[in-house]
Amino acid sequence: MTDLQLVCRLPLADFALDVDLTLPGRGVSALFGPSGSGKTTLLRCVAGLARAAGRVQINGECWQDDGRRVFLPTHRRALGYVFQEASLFAHLSVRANLEFGLKRIPAAERKVGWDTALALLGIGHLLERGTQSLSGGERQRVAIARALLTSPRLLLMDEPLAALDAKRKQEILPYLERLHDELAIPVLYVSHSPDEVARLADHLVLLEQGRVLASGPTRDLLTRLDLPLALDEDAAVRVDATVLSHDDTYHLTCLGFAGGHIQVTRKPLAVGAKAHIKIQARDVSIALAGDNRSSIVNRLPARILGFGDAAHPAQCLVRLEVGGAPLLARITRLSRDQLGLVEGMSVVAQIKSVALLG
Amino acid sequence: MHLSADDWSAIRLTLELAGIVTVLLLMVGTPIAWWLATTRSRLRSVVGAVVALPIVLPPTVLGFYLLIVMGPDGPVGMLTRSLGLGGLPFTFAGLVVASVFYSLPFVVQPIQNAFMAMGPRPLEVAATLRASPWGSFFHVALPLARPGFITAAVLGFAHTVGEFGVVLMIGGNIPGKTQVLSVQIYNHVEALEYGQAHGLAAGLVMFSFLVLLILYSVGGVRNTLGAGR
Repeated sequence: MTDLQLVCRLPLADFALDVDLTLPGRGVSALFGPSGSGKTTLLRCVAGLARAAGRVQINGECWQDDGRRVFLPTHRRALGYVFQEASLFAHLSVRANLEFGLKRIPAAERKVGWDTALALLGIGHLLERGTQSLSGGERQRVAIARALLTSPRLLLMDEPLAALDAKRKQEILPYLERLHDELAIPVLYVSHSPDEVARLADHLVLLEQGRVLASGPTRDLLTRLDLPLALDEDAAVRVDATVLSHDDTYHLTCLGFAGGHIQVTRKPLAVGAKAHIKIQARDVSIALAGDNRSSIVNRLPARILGFGDAAHPAQCLVRLEVGGAPLLARITRLSRDQLGLVEGMSVVAQIKSVALLG
Repeated sequence: MHLSADDWSAIRLTLELAGIVTVLLLMVGTPIAWWLATTRSRLRSVVGAVVALPIVLPPTVLGFYLLIVMGPDGPVGMLTRSLGLGGLPFTFAGLVVASVFYSLPFVVQPIQNAFMAMGPRPLEVAATLRASPWGSFFHVALPLARPGFITAAVLGFAHTVGEFGVVLMIGGNIPGKTQVLSVQIYNHVEALEYGQAHGLAAGLVMFSFLVLLILYSVGGVRNTLGAGR
């Protein structure tokens, strides 16, 4: 019973939302798709803010079942909802905003403690402030903490970073990652940013025109060349790695993952710590095996699994396998033909840069 | 400047009337404003138009029909009589009822605007934070619409203080019972007592100006009276 079952049918202006999904009952599941694909509507149906025909069952707890004439109103569903704009109550202080939901749940159900929530989102120093004086990033952090303090059994997040500039996004992402790592609350995360999805989501649902295009583990979907994700300018893969050692002479940190070792500029991480890294397709080039001399440090033996289209017709995407781990490379069609790359061929993947996701 | 006993009585009566009417209007007007702000019913425009009627109707027309409805042969009149309450015309209670109708749009509209400016989002947020619909209304909608309520209360009060035509039709001119300020000023002018008329009229001007000045400097009015937000 540890899963999220969402069956929602709702006619919309241009198309119909028609979704039948079973998602893992833990971790972050991202609803991904272009704007107007029905992501937010689906989230609102799960919350009971919109009413679709169907069934919503969260880890065994039934919120809606048309067959049994069950429809819990939003305030009777144990959920937390983070809207795109922080939507803090303007007439209340930060503290009162945080207490608004907290005081409405019985003490026995308070699983997320006050101090935990404040510490997780780093907002302890903002308590006595009015909401108007907060920055965009601070407002969103307060909104997230406010939702968490109701100890939800499901956290719904509707593009919580979309209204923020790039800098604020970077400010909040680490907090979201901590949520993921430290709380056992399943999250439904709506996003149209491949970057956020790659970084946060364990499971990925691709929506288009109200229908599910694909649903599966993020790592698999991100590298599927038949899905629109790979077309994105920021096509990337996420790799789970472990810190192996530090090199003091060259100021490098060595990370180990399924496909071998990767050296990155030195990071303040303990040896043995887990690190999530993102490798963008545009940062991976392909060389033929044999020539070992290059300024690029990270050169890994790889096998070509297939080719796909990239956003620009001059380029193509190459799906690679590095010791079992998937990798995407974006190269020009010209290079592909000049190097005579074909499926199944053994090559060297040259990774020019790696982003550490924390 | 010397005010007569009748003048003082008129001032007291006017303030009493406006005070009671304002309280009643906030109680009656809030649900109407809420309904108008949130409903998708097709009746919305009809109800909105009916509420707004007193803005465009001459007060004498309103007063005339209220007199007929509340009179001995009118439906309301028959009802109050059968309940043993007697007739409403030419009583203070009659004035209160008439004034509630007369000032209704001035209370409903600012509150309605405040609710509409707020939009559905705060209530949705409240629901996701486990607040029941009533809880959301009292702890989120009402506080957020506060500027609208201040405007509504002040306009309802001031507009009731200033009413004349309806009072004359419904209440007449009975000292101590229905003789309010505006009617008393009219009496003074009729009797060519310009000095006393000045005393009351100037007082009313000062009162109105002060009320509006306070409102505008507090800032509550701009949101709901001005050109939107």
